[in-house]
Amino acid sequence: MEIRPEFLSLVLACALVTAVPRVLPLVLLARFELPAWLLGWLRFVPVAVLGALTGIEVLMPGGNALSLHLPSLAGVGAAFAVAAVSRSLLATVAAGVALYWLLS
Amino acid sequence: MDFAAGARASLPVVLGYLGIGFAAGVVERAAGMSYAEILLLSTVLYAGSAQFVVTSMLALGAPSPAIVSTVFFLNLRHLLLSAAVAPALRGAAAWKSALLGLQLTDETFVVASGRERIAPAWMAGLNLAAWSTWAVANLAGAALANLATDTRPLAFALPAMFAGLLVLQVKSRLSAIVAVFAAAVGLVIQLVVPGQWAVVGATLAAATLGLLLARWKSVPSS
Repeated sequence: MEIRPEFLSLVLACALVTAVPRVLPLVLLARFELPAWLLGWLRFVPVAVLGALTGIEVLMPGGNALSLHLPSLAGVGAAFAVAAVSRSLLATVAAGVALYWLLS
Repeated sequence: MDFAAGARASLPVVLGYLGIGFAAGVVERAAGMSYAEILLLSTVLYAGSAQFVVTSMLALGAPSPAIVSTVFFLNLRHLLLSAAVAPALRGAAAWKSALLGLQLTDETFVVASGRERIAPAWMAGLNLAAWSTWAVANLAGAALANLATDTRPLAFALPAMFAGLLVLQVKSRLSAIVAVFAAAVGLVIQLVVPGQWAVVGATLAAATLGLLLARWKSVPSS
């Protein structure tokens, strides 16, 4: 139940280099009126992040090779369908997880 | 009010973090970390993929500078997420933005990012619910490491949430094109250089494509 000193300094260093990119843009950009093109560009960031994350999670579940993993494909298919019909994130997640669990 | 609503909005993230945090706790314990160290790692670093990297590099005996620089590059992607949330939090006190930014993750970002305006209290509710779940799940994984149940179905809450948010946020043909393009670029990058660059590269390319297409469409053709 103790913390090794070298572990503490490692975690603090890792936390510091993680905190800077997490905090800096939020604090700085919130001060300024951003140019229209940058705002327009930033508006596409969420869908782009979501597209990339979903694609990689579903089609490369191992992280390094394309594979057709039935539970992942069916789970994400169910998530798409339930989200489109219900517009509820919770129902979507429940349906996706349930189908994944049934098929795996 | 806002705080409670934010905490409620975190529910899909909470489910996913239970699964992935449990898995993280199992490997952290197996790598010889004490409970106090696991609590420190999951509350202070609070970054799923980075914790897996720290754990496996420590197990391999990697020197600290190598671990820290790997974590730095792995987490550089937060620059983009933090910048993309900034317009919705404009006008919030700097110290509030800083505290909220400290707990920014891929998952809390995607939940928050659909909004035009974000109340700092709403985001604090989202953040604290996700953060405390993560710590509890890490400790539970460490404590129950030898039970080693299959947590993958629970962890699938995250991809399912990404897919659901995608449906809710794609409001035009243009954003659908951006999402599909991002998925394709992300897969190609991940195939060529597995690791931390796929999401960043795909986001840079696809958001730029979106901006160009939007500009091109809005220019009247004569």
